[in-house]
Amino acid sequence: MLDTEQGYVTADGRTIGGVVMDMRNITLRFGGVEAIKNISFDIREGEIRAIIGPNGAGKSSMLNVISGFYVPQEGEVWFRGEPRKPMKPFEVARQGIARTFQNIALFEGMTVLDNVMTGRLTQMKSGLLSQAIWRGAAEREEVENREICEKVIDFLEIQHIRKTPVARLPYGLKKRVELARALASEPKLLLLDEPMAGMNVEEKEDMSRFILSVNDEFGTTIALIEHDMGVVMDLSDRVVVMDYGKKIGDGTPDEVRNNQDVIDAYLGVSHD
Amino acid sequence: MFYREAGDFKTSYQDDNQTFPIKFDRYRYYLVLFVAFAVIPFMINDYWANAIFLPFLIYAIAAIGLNILVGYCGQVSLGSGGFMAVGAYAVYKLMTSFPEVNILIHVVLAGGITAIVGVLFGLPSLRIKGFYLAVATLAAQFFLVWLFNRVPWFYNYSASGQISAPERTVFGIPVTGANTDSWASYMVCLVFVTICAIIARNLTRGSMGRRWMAIRDMDIAAEIIGVNPLTAKLSAFAVSSFFIGIAGALFFSVYLGAVEVGEAFGINKSFLVLFMIIIGGLGSIFGSFAGAAFLVLLPVFLKNVLVGTLGWPTDLAAHLEFMIVGGLIIVFLIAEPHGLAQLWRVTKEKLRLWPFPY
Repeated sequence: MLDTEQGYVTADGRTIGGVVMDMRNITLRFGGVEAIKNISFDIREGEIRAIIGPNGAGKSSMLNVISGFYVPQEGEVWFRGEPRKPMKPFEVARQGIARTFQNIALFEGMTVLDNVMTGRLTQMKSGLLSQAIWRGAAEREEVENREICEKVIDFLEIQHIRKTPVARLPYGLKKRVELARALASEPKLLLLDEPMAGMNVEEKEDMSRFILSVNDEFGTTIALIEHDMGVVMDLSDRVVVMDYGKKIGDGTPDEVRNNQDVIDAYLGVSHD
Repeated sequence: MFYREAGDFKTSYQDDNQTFPIKFDRYRYYLVLFVAFAVIPFMINDYWANAIFLPFLIYAIAAIGLNILVGYCGQVSLGSGGFMAVGAYAVYKLMTSFPEVNILIHVVLAGGITAIVGVLFGLPSLRIKGFYLAVATLAAQFFLVWLFNRVPWFYNYSASGQISAPERTVFGIPVTGANTDSWASYMVCLVFVTICAIIARNLTRGSMGRRWMAIRDMDIAAEIIGVNPLTAKLSAFAVSSFFIGIAGALFFSVYLGAVEVGEAFGINKSFLVLFMIIIGGLGSIFGSFAGAAFLVLLPVFLKNVLVGTLGWPTDLAAHLEFMIVGGLIIVFLIAEPHGLAQLWRVTKEKLRLWPFPY
C-alpha cells in the first residue's frame, strides 16, 4: 500500500506516517558532470529509507543535498510540507536533520562525552557572559543537556568510554560515537552515510540493532546509504536505487530485488 | 597513592563538570591560590617582581588569550603583538582622557576595544585557513604597529613618540607610575590573571568551547552539527583579543610604564607568545601558564647560573642563553610535541596508578 497520502503499515506492523522530506526533480551538476539527474523521492515519518546503488551513482551527493552541503541546480527540497530555501548546513541542522559521515568525521581532540555534547549545540543558547562565570543559564543548560546525552550514551552502550579522547578509540566504536552525536540532537530526520562500512559481521549486527532500536524507540525517521545488500534488505522499509545519477528503482526491498533495471545495474548487463 | 578518583563518587552532573574533579588536584589548586595571594605579596621585592612575576603573569594572560584562538579554535594568529599594542594604546588613551576613572576599569575597557579590533582582523578567517590565515594576521601585526607609530593622536603628540603611564591608584595605592610598590603591581596582575584563567576555563568547558573545538577539529562536521562558523570563529577572535588586550594594557601600564610600540610590541612579541603556547601545550589553560613560565623563567635562571654561579662574562652568557633556550625548545618539542601540558597529563595518569601500576 505504498502510494497512499496518509502512509502505510509495514510488514512488521509499524505505522508509517506522512511525507517528511520530499525531493522533487532534483538535478545536481558539478561543471559539466551531472551527478544527480532529475530524481524525485520522498521520505516518510518513522520509516527507514535506504538509498543504494553502485559506486559513483550519486548517493552521497544526494545525502549532501539533503543536509545542505550542495544546492541543486534544479528541483526543490520539501521538508515538513514546505519548500526549503537554499540554506547553510548549520541552518539545516537547526531544522532537525542530523547525519553521520562515510569516513568518520568526529572531533578527534575531544572526549566522547564532549563529542556527543556537540550534538546538543543547536539547543544550547546561553550567552557568553553567563558561560564565562558558569552560573545561571549556562550551568543549568549544561546539566540538562548532559542528561539527554547520557541517555544516548546508555542507549548505544558507550558509557565506559565517555571520558576517553576519541582519537584513541578503535574504528567500530568511533562509528558508534558518531551515531551518538547525531542522535543527541534528537533529530527529526537522521541521515546515515554507510554506517557499516569497514565493519566485521558482529559490528554490523550491533549497528543494525542500534539503527532498528533508534527507529523503534525514538520514532526517528532514518535515511541511510549502505552497500551491504543483506543489511539493506533486512533493515529498510523502502529502497531507492540509483545508478549513474538516475533513479532506477523505488519500492519495498522485495519490489526492488525483482526489478530488472536494478538487477542489470548490480550484476551488469551486456550493452549491444 | 593520594592522587586518584577512586572513592570520590560524583552524584550530580554539576560535580562531574567541575574543573578539578579529583580531590588532590582541587587542594593543590587552593594551595597555589593561597601562596600566590597570601604569601608571595609579603615576600616580593623589586627584582622578583620585575624579572619574574610580572612578566610571567602578564604573558600568561596573553598566552591564555592566544591559546583560545590557536589551541581551542584552531585559527593560527601571528598578530598577538599588534593586539597587545592595541590594548596598551587603548589604556593609555583612556587613562589620559578620563583620569578620574579607576585604572582597573580602563584595563577591562582596553580589552574590550582590542576585542573589537580582533574581530575586524578575524574577518578573513571566514575565507582562509591555516598558514594563509597566519599571513593575514601578520598583516594586522605590521599595520597596527605602523598605525601607532604614524598617527600622533595615539601617543598624544609627545615628542619622543613614546607613551608613558601616569600615576593611577586603586584604593589609594599607586599601581602605575614610578611610585608603585612591587607588591601592588604584582597583586593587580595576579587578580587579572586569576579572573582571566577562570573565565577561559569556564568558556572552554562549556558550549562555547565545544563550538570552538569542533571548528578546530573538523569544520565541516561542526557545521553539519549546527555550529555557525561565522559566530564561532569571530567569538574566538573576540575573546582571545580581549585577553591579549588586557595583557597588553598591563604590560604597558603596570610592568614597563613607558613603551615605544615597535620595540615592545613588534613581531618578536607575537612569536614569543606563540612559542609559549606551543611549548606549553595547545588547547590547555595550564599549558599557557607552563609555557609562559618556561620562556620567562628559563633565561633568568640561565643568567643566574652562568653569570652568578659560574662567573662567566655577561655577553658570553647572553649568547649562550639564546643557544641553550633554542636547544631546549627543540629537545622539548621532539620529546613531547604536545607540550608541557601533555607531560603533565601523562604524569597525572601515571600518578593515578602509582605505586601499583596494574
